[in-house]
Amino acid sequence: MHEHDVIVVGAGGAGLRAAVAANEEGADVALVSKLHPVRSHTGAAEGGINAVLRDGDSFESHAEDTMKGSDYLGDAPAIETLCHQSPKETVQLEHWGMAFSRDDDGRMSQRPFGGLSFPRTTYAGAETGHHLLHTMYEQVVKRGITVYDEWYVSRLAVTDHAEPEDRECHGVVAYDVQTGKVDAFKARNGVILATGGPGQVYDHTTNAVANTGDGPAMAYRAGVPLEDMEFIQFHPTTLPSTGVLITEGVRGEGGILYNAEGERFMFEGGYAKNVGELASRDVVARAELTEINEGRGFEDDYVHLDMRHLGEERITDRLENIIHLSEDFEGVNPLEDPMRVKPGQHYAMGGIEVSENGETCIGGLYAAGECACVSVHGSNRLGGNALPELIVFGARAGRHAAGKEMETAEIETGPAASIGSGDVDTPVSPGSIDTSEDGVAADGGQAGDDRATDGGAVVGMDETVERALDQEQARIEHLLEKDEGVQHADIRSKLQESMTENVNVFRNEEGLKQALRDIREAREAYQDVYVNDPSRTFNTDLQHTIETRNLIDLAEAITLSALARTEFRGAHWREEYQDRDDENWIKHTMLAWNEGSPDLYYAPVILDGEDKSYEPKERHY
Amino acid sequence: MSTQLQRTETEGDESPQEQRLERKSLAEGEREAQRTEEESTGDETPHVHLKVFRYDPEVEAKREPRFDDFRVPAPQGTTVLDALMYARDEFDSTLTFRHSCRQAVCGSDALFINGSQRLGCQTQIQDLDQRPVRVEPLPHQEVEKDLVVDMEHFYDQMEAVEPYFQGETPDEEEQLQSRENREKVKMSTRCIWCGACQSSCNIAAGDNEYLGPAAINKAYRFAMDEREDDDIKKHRMNILEQEHGVWRCQTQFSCTEVCPKDIPLTEHIQEMKREAVKDNLKFW
Ligand SMILES: Cc1cc2nc3c(=O)[nH]c(=O)nc-3n(C[C@H](O)[C@H](O)[C@H](O)COP(=O)(O)OP(=O)(O)OC[C@H]3O[C@@H](n4cnc5c(N)ncnc54)[C@H](O)[C@@H]3O)c2cc1C
Ligand code: SF4
Ligand code: FES
Repeated sequence: MHEHDVIVVGAGGAGLRAAVAANEEGADVALVSKLHPVRSHTGAAEGGINAVLRDGDSFESHAEDTMKGSDYLGDAPAIETLCHQSPKETVQLEHWGMAFSRDDDGRMSQRPFGGLSFPRTTYAGAETGHHLLHTMYEQVVKRGITVYDEWYVSRLAVTDHAEPEDRECHGVVAYDVQTGKVDAFKARNGVILATGGPGQVYDHTTNAVANTGDGPAMAYRAGVPLEDMEFIQFHPTTLPSTGVLITEGVRGEGGILYNAEGERFMFEGGYAKNVGELASRDVVARAELTEINEGRGFEDDYVHLDMRHLGEERITDRLENIIHLSEDFEGVNPLEDPMRVKPGQHYAMGGIEVSENGETCIGGLYAAGECACVSVHGSNRLGGNALPELIVFGARAGRHAAGKEMETAEIETGPAASIGSGDVDTPVSPGSIDTSEDGVAADGGQAGDDRATDGGAVVGMDETVERALDQEQARIEHLLEKDEGVQHADIRSKLQESMTENVNVFRNEEGLKQALRDIREAREAYQDVYVNDPSRTFNTDLQHTIETRNLIDLAEAITLSALARTEFRGAHWREEYQDRDDENWIKHTMLAWNEGSPDLYYAPVILDGEDKSYEPKERHY
Repeated sequence: MSTQLQRTETEGDESPQEQRLERKSLAEGEREAQRTEEESTGDETPHVHLKVFRYDPEVEAKREPRFDDFRVPAPQGTTVLDALMYARDEFDSTLTFRHSCRQAVCGSDALFINGSQRLGCQTQIQDLDQRPVRVEPLPHQEVEKDLVVDMEHFYDQMEAVEPYFQGETPDEEEQLQSRENREKVKMSTRCIWCGACQSSCNIAAGDNEYLGPAAINKAYRFAMDEREDDDIKKHRMNILEQEHGVWRCQTQFSCTEVCPKDIPLTEHIQEMKREAVKDNLKFW
């Protein structure tokens, strides 16, 4: 058994920043990550970090842009914290040596991005995330912070108290991918989940293969509600063949979108008469799909993004990486031809419900980064607002977990924040499947599974951790022991197809219900899943099998939340409900696992900030 | 359930682990047959023949390293990584390799493809002239299983050059850096720690302690950054001038040829040698 003050699960931008912050507070901190830190998907971020750094820009303006972008579903305390602290955190990265692009006067360069009223997206070429990730990892190396790399975390060690807000998280269980050894990690102070996005729920995504939403799925099953899961961002410019992202920076620098009839449709089609290509992502993604669906796309599949007029020099200076990506992954040289682009899954606005200090409703359990929902992004994230979220809220969670005195959060978490329960009519019942003990072991069950048989609740620190270790060993043994059945790859690909078909940019009731049926089928199939690879050494078959269970839970959470929200807001478009309904729907969707029978309720959106009150306005770009 | 029956039948002196390995290798034989069958039902999509290195110290049938053949569909645009994923998901879920981003940025899938170090995700099948396409783990590193090699030594070398910024920084203001200087270090900052260069280097193969091209490039990245001062540069040069440092390089350019990020590694190493000479003149 390993023991540290703070255990950080995940070593992307958020996890690394959290670990450094906890270390600076004097805590003994360890990172546990299924990938070596530099392999994390933060490295793929291209465009930049929004930060108010220059004369003429202001926090208020950044906050207002973000609130408008969120379509009035972001929480003011979260947004204001982000806007106030991003400049300091961004300069901190510079002090740690990050290779930002530079203006002639030697200061960090900033560029325009969609939905921003000032060019405040601070960048390092079109590889900002790569530089951020490596700079952060360098700081971890410098401080000698312990890293357990290629360790897969598969369970949280959480006490059995009946109410989630009474529970405590005392550690995690993980296995060493290289040797298969299952071991427990006891956390004296707290566990911070920083496991990144859930993009693998879809099959056309800018996310990495490792982005399987393990953190949200584990937290959900342990009793933490998932917030606003219906809001999935589809990025308007991804390469059609692979889903590789072409940064919004291309449009920021002046790139133009054309349909097959040669029209600059963002203006000519009336989608965004003022700012055209620089409208918010949800607006551009819907415009493209409308063009394609109405027969004005190329090969019924994509539109063109042209940046040739910017000239080779400017492109090489600011967007060089884009030339490589388009050439290597689509075979198009963007200096000579327009690039092919279409919308693809990109980002999850929702996630593990947390406060501005990263706390969940379970004591000692924190979350930060894309896996968490504070909520800064509401129903639609602005480009360039995720990277600052990683460093601002990563650092805050790290400090809080290390025991630093911080102001009490304004955002309340857990069932106590409920303002009423939700209602949704589902064609099949969601949640876990009641089966034999065999089935429970296969899908991992949840913390507290053997509560009844034990005759009493497990509440102590050591027994909680030991029990979680036993449960996980039994589950992994079960998966490896089983000789035949269904393989995860079959379940996963069907799930991804259904989600891409039914829970995409355009959604309707029938599609969402179909997705729920398909998800149920996936759950049933999963009862019979087995791991074909018998080896303990680097068993990726086992890892992908466990991840697939997580994908099922998250797909269901996304779809249930989407079916329940009968309005059109931000990234969530409903065929039957074409208006934003402020009267009934300015509220966060909350989904609690509730021991396997998901419970839907709502929590308030905080529009009153410290600086001002945000009045919902109609969103025009 | 049939699994339980089997279990009692094979119960003997063997550990459960061994029994499991045995049972599963049986199942593997069946799938092999299925694979051959699928090949013969030809369709229109072009296919590619992959020859993939297999090894698992724990599994009887894979203890002796061998090559497995896979025939997978490869329409235009298919990368070696796509082909491997297809082979794994459709034919043999035990096929093991590292991968994550699929876009040449995470550095997980440096492989030995048709005899040279490349990223699987960045290599289009149609750009390879040799058939079958041979896929092997990176040479000169210990193989853990199939295409997965032990990267620990590579990481140790990277970390040996104190790969972190050590400049003095102002309180709140950003530091200034000229566009020229940023340009100077730009290529060196693109490294994704894939290990291709190290694996291609004859010197590194012969001298385990040689820092290697990636680590020297990492040191270059900081040594040439004007935001660090001369004392720190001196300290960095000391690390590079040690016995297993820059002077080992014999400018064979193999690292530069394989680097998927086009980093001019040999040039950077040469420049560090020149800096070292300058440095020594100064201090003699
Ligand atoms: C292509 C692309 C471009 C983007 N560009 C921008 C941009 O320009 N600006 C911007 O603001 N945002 C951008 N974003 C969004 C932003 O990059 C991401 O939201 C952010 O990087 C996520 O960081 P993270 O630290 O939360 O997760 P990640 O960087 O994905 O890290 C997750 C970590 O968790 C670990 N992990 C996961 N599961 C487990 C487990 N079970 N056990 C142990 N470890 C685990 C992984 O190993 C990894 O280390 C972009 C996103 C993508 C996909
Ligand atoms: S220098 Fe190039 S080849 Fe070597 S590790 Fe870095 S990216 Fe890979
Ligand atoms: S999969 Fe990330 S570099 Fe190839």
